Amino acid sequence: MSDAIKKDSPAADTVPAPRSGDGKEFLSVRNLSVHFDTDDGLVKSVDGVSFDLKAGQTLGIVGESGSGKSVTSLGIMGLHTSERARIGGEIWLDGEELIGAGPERVRALRGQKMAMIFQDPLSALHPYYSIGAQIVEAHRVHNKVDKKTAKKRAIEMLDRVGIPEPHRRYEDYPHQFSGGMRQRAMIAMALVNNPQLLIADEPTTALDVTVQAQILDLIRDLQKEFGSAVVMITHDLGVVAEIADNLLVMYAGRCIERGSAEKVFYEPQHPYTWGLLGSMPRIDREQTERLIPVKGSPPSLINVPSGCAFHPRCPYADVPPDNITRTERPELQQVSDGHYSACHMSREQRDRIWTEEIAPKL
Amino acid sequence: MQNRKTAAAIAVAVAVSLGASACSGGDSGSDANGGGGNAKADAALTSIVNTTDKKGGTVTYEHSSGPDSLDPGNTYYGWVQNFSRLYARSLVTFKPAAGKESLQVVPDLATSLGKASPDAKTWTYTIRKGVKFEDGTEITSKDVKYAVERSNFAPEALSNGPTYFKAYLEGGDKYKGPYKDKSAGGLKSIETPDDHTIVFKLNKPFADMDYLAAFSQTAPVPQKADTGASYVQKMVSSGPYKFSAYDESKGATLVRNPEWDPKTDPIRKALPDKIELKLNVNPTTVDDHLLNDVSTADVAGTGLQSKTQPKVLVKGSEKAKTDNPYAGALQYMALNVNVKPFDNVECRKAVQYAVDKQSLIDSIGGSVKGDPASTVIPPTVAGYKKFDLYPSAGSKGDVAKAKEHLTKCGQPKGFKTTLTARSDRPDEITAATQLQGSLKAIGITAEIKQFPSDKYFTDFAGVPAWVHKNNAGMMMMQWGADWPTGFGFLDQIVNGSAIKPSGGTNLMELNDKVVNDLLVKGIGTVDTTARNAAWGEVDQKVMENASLVPLVYRKNLLYRPDSAANVTVTDAYLGMYDYVLMTSTK
Amino acid sequence: MAAYIIRRVFAAVLLLLVVSAVTFAIFFLVPRLGGQTLDSMAAQYVGKSPDPDVIAAVKKNLGLDQPLYMQYWNFVKGIVVGAEYQFGPDPVTCNAPCFGYSFKTHTEIWPQLVDRVPVTLSLAVGAAVIWVVSGVAIGVLSALKRGSFFDRLSMGVALAGVSLPMFFTGLVVLALFGNGEYVPFADDPIAWAGSLVLPWCTLALLYSALYARLTRAGMLETMGEDYIRTARAKGLKERKVVVKHGLRSALTPLVTIFGMDFALLLGGAVITERVFSFQGLGAFAIQGVTTADLPKVMGVTLVAAFFIVICNLLVDLVYAAIDPRVRLS
Repeated sequence: MSDAIKKDSPAADTVPAPRSGDGKEFLSVRNLSVHFDTDDGLVKSVDGVSFDLKAGQTLGIVGESGSGKSVTSLGIMGLHTSERARIGGEIWLDGEELIGAGPERVRALRGQKMAMIFQDPLSALHPYYSIGAQIVEAHRVHNKVDKKTAKKRAIEMLDRVGIPEPHRRYEDYPHQFSGGMRQRAMIAMALVNNPQLLIADEPTTALDVTVQAQILDLIRDLQKEFGSAVVMITHDLGVVAEIADNLLVMYAGRCIERGSAEKVFYEPQHPYTWGLLGSMPRIDREQTERLIPVKGSPPSLINVPSGCAFHPRCPYADVPPDNITRTERPELQQVSDGHYSACHMSREQRDRIWTEEIAPKL
Repeated sequence: MQNRKTAAAIAVAVAVSLGASACSGGDSGSDANGGGGNAKADAALTSIVNTTDKKGGTVTYEHSSGPDSLDPGNTYYGWVQNFSRLYARSLVTFKPAAGKESLQVVPDLATSLGKASPDAKTWTYTIRKGVKFEDGTEITSKDVKYAVERSNFAPEALSNGPTYFKAYLEGGDKYKGPYKDKSAGGLKSIETPDDHTIVFKLNKPFADMDYLAAFSQTAPVPQKADTGASYVQKMVSSGPYKFSAYDESKGATLVRNPEWDPKTDPIRKALPDKIELKLNVNPTTVDDHLLNDVSTADVAGTGLQSKTQPKVLVKGSEKAKTDNPYAGALQYMALNVNVKPFDNVECRKAVQYAVDKQSLIDSIGGSVKGDPASTVIPPTVAGYKKFDLYPSAGSKGDVAKAKEHLTKCGQPKGFKTTLTARSDRPDEITAATQLQGSLKAIGITAEIKQFPSDKYFTDFAGVPAWVHKNNAGMMMMQWGADWPTGFGFLDQIVNGSAIKPSGGTNLMELNDKVVNDLLVKGIGTVDTTARNAAWGEVDQKVMENASLVPLVYRKNLLYRPDSAANVTVTDAYLGMYDYVLMTSTK
Repeated sequence: MAAYIIRRVFAAVLLLLVVSAVTFAIFFLVPRLGGQTLDSMAAQYVGKSPDPDVIAAVKKNLGLDQPLYMQYWNFVKGIVVGAEYQFGPDPVTCNAPCFGYSFKTHTEIWPQLVDRVPVTLSLAVGAAVIWVVSGVAIGVLSALKRGSFFDRLSMGVALAGVSLPMFFTGLVVLALFGNGEYVPFADDPIAWAGSLVLPWCTLALLYSALYARLTRAGMLETMGEDYIRTARAKGLKERKVVVKHGLRSALTPLVTIFGMDFALLLGGAVITERVFSFQGLGAFAIQGVTTADLPKVMGVTLVAAFFIVICNLLVDLVYAAIDPRVRLS
């Protein structure tokens, strides 16, 4: 992070941890699983997700509702506080493993080393406290400074995220901001302690299209300036296309395709990804063609379909021989350098279907 | 697992509460406070219980609501008449004594009972010398005259009390009262020839004058201290106690009056040092305090609540502390002679036989509540004559005889009528329901209509127009006399002159010349024995008329805690304890 | 802000006038519908079997023979400038505010009201403190430990507390512990508290149960809100999340409810006062109603209405202070 801002005294409750320089994995998730023990059964919201993220990079996690994207990010932040949550796997943040670290340690890192912004800034900000007060609170949790200094810092952040007249707006309440300004304020609050990891959970879903672009630009700028790693969660491929370096597609709690954004967009290797791309509205598409939605609805996470979780909705479920899509779960297999896909069809079969059937329609 | 723990917790809680209530209820059994525990039940009816001559102690009286007023000139309640004798001496009063002696009138402020002229229209009393108010001034006849003037003739300020003086004193209807008529002479028919003589000039012969003189209205009030309705806050005592504290809703405290001279007062011993009167105490608490010997008496004098009675009657040691006196009251049913078919005496007689009085008593709580009645005058009122014109085995009624009379009056199959009762008196409703059943057995269908007590006489049963219009041939009624003689009991309920367009108490609308004449003649008879005999005659005539159906001679169940001393029942004040005698060992 | 307060005060006065007029109307007109005449009404204030002169005198002296609007006008005039009346040899001045005099005992109403307010106030304030503290504490703990034995037990007890009528619990408490009389605070603060402990607990039991349930529900709802998640995401300690972010929001609806409950209680905790034989406004109201004593009833009604108006105003102000979204422009 920028040395210029290092004039803050170090937070009392953090143990100085080694900073990773560019090139090293800042965030490493290994086989993360989050299960919920409910009265109806064990809900496997996330069932074995792995990925890496370097500082300065952006990872986009996409999928439908219920695919497990938000649960994954909450898992990284340690925000699953219910007694019914069962978390497994490993999360390495800057060389430190979080799942075994204990809640108090993770709490110390939250808001300081890793921060999160949420979908609806109106409900995500406390209605009774001013924006300024909430930002100051976020700052003083991790930094032993007096109120005046914290206030200065908060105003600084408001300015940085592009809110006009930050001195005046410091005292305003969340309901007095417009949607876009509110989201900026939340970003300011998340970044007030210079976190090295920023997780953005559907940050633009609740905003107008025009404002969406502004927010995404802001995030990109801040990332460039501070060199932080960003996880962008969304169901909207259009959003992700703008800023993600890498993409992770989730379905039924698992990763079904992973790779660089370019590869996944232009050489997708999974029928579900094809479906996502087909259902994405694009300006350059001919108006006469209808969107091709993915047929069916998301599967139950208690009784996940046998074999390949996508098989009930996959038009190509019968292509692989021996009914294997219904009996055996496909593991992630490397397609090319850094590009993985979990599908029983062979590379050739997928390439052919993509080139002949899918791509022309997009 | 959760259920077991919860159940255990509940069990413990229940055990603790049961234990606690047992502990709180059982303490009164000990004899540690010396002496009261040996008397038997009803001992106070005929003797003074727990006698003592020791000066000292504090008597604590409690009441579940309050008096109409503690001002002796502004009250109608019997208990206030009884209680006010502690701070207000009337001309004469009832003897604080046990048994039948308690009905005897004896001189108090006066030196002797009234001296009557032969025509019983002029009555003279002589006031004792040397009796002082609490401020040291001597009491004169003028103070007694003033007391009568303010209590009877100033309804704009004092409207609660009886107005017999107004009715019987000559010129009473013209005198405007001492607040409006500021003339020096006041009411001319009360003469005060000197400071110790007072003469009442009546407008008709009235041989019961001593009983009127026993009213608290004759207790002297100094004119200069009288502020009308607010006098009650700063009353000037003429008795052995004076007020040290007074609050209209909380109560009062009485302490010794140093100006009271026992030599001038042959009837009061004034043993307690202090008397506390507590008002507006939750009725359950009133009973609890008695049972736990925290208070001395329930000053209202109507006895334990219905729900407390069984608790006390089942335990021998508790029952021994109860007294079950006659309350000087009669519960009866009035048959209105102007509502068909009760205009026919035979129909009325049929009802007299149809009524099952024993079952009625059982339904309202048993013999504790009273005895079956066969006369108008109850046993503890002077002039009571025992007879039964419509007898039946065990007072259960005689259906055969009833039907016989029904046929005689031309209604062999029975008829329909309305029976009124007071909705806020549970006993009365129960009794009415029971009667309804008795009447059904001979074919009379009585529809019960309920009304609140405070409007019963002013708006319904006491309004002849309403009664006739609504076919209210039968009306539940209860009556206690304003003074314990036959006249005091009968005049307001059987005299034709007591019929009023509204608020009347002669619900039968009985207007029998013979009865009316007997009453007038009787009240003019100076000789007591002859007079009392007259009342018995009236009673009999009324019963022959059969329009009044006596049901129950009411009784109260009183309770005397261990610390109560010199306890006896006074029949003069509706069968409550005598508060002049009462003292406490605490 | 000042304009707002003035407007509210004006509305309050208007409201009190309406309340008094309605009470007047109910008192006089409803019995007429049931067939009561002026005479039978006057007869309520005298002894039994009165003679007509007495009734006439009472009618005149209490002003019952005047037209209704005249009586009402005199009443309002009395409150503002005072009145003069006579129940004895000399006239007496009743200084403003004059709430008239009891129909039954001819004593001034206002001093009696003033006398009783401290009793009811003591009862209400003490009980309020107990029930708010205990109710909220139990509610919060139950919400945080949702589903635990503590939660089930406390909510079960709360259900019982809410369901049991006051006169039942009051009588049980009386039977178990007996009770002493009210001792004014000025006389002896310790005895004052001692005499009030039982009524406080009895009254508080009912409300505490209610507030525990309300707090629990409010907390559960609040703790599921997004901003709680944000607070945790900032790294706040859980205790701070619960109290500063959760409780603060959960308590807001309780403010309104408390304002109403407390205001109603100030008008007289009727059942409690009756059970424990306390001479507060509630007991006064009962006496007034059972003896058909209009001035007593009016006095208590107006005092109660006054408290409700004040408490409503306070609640609105407090609410605006707590929740910026509600603030007056």
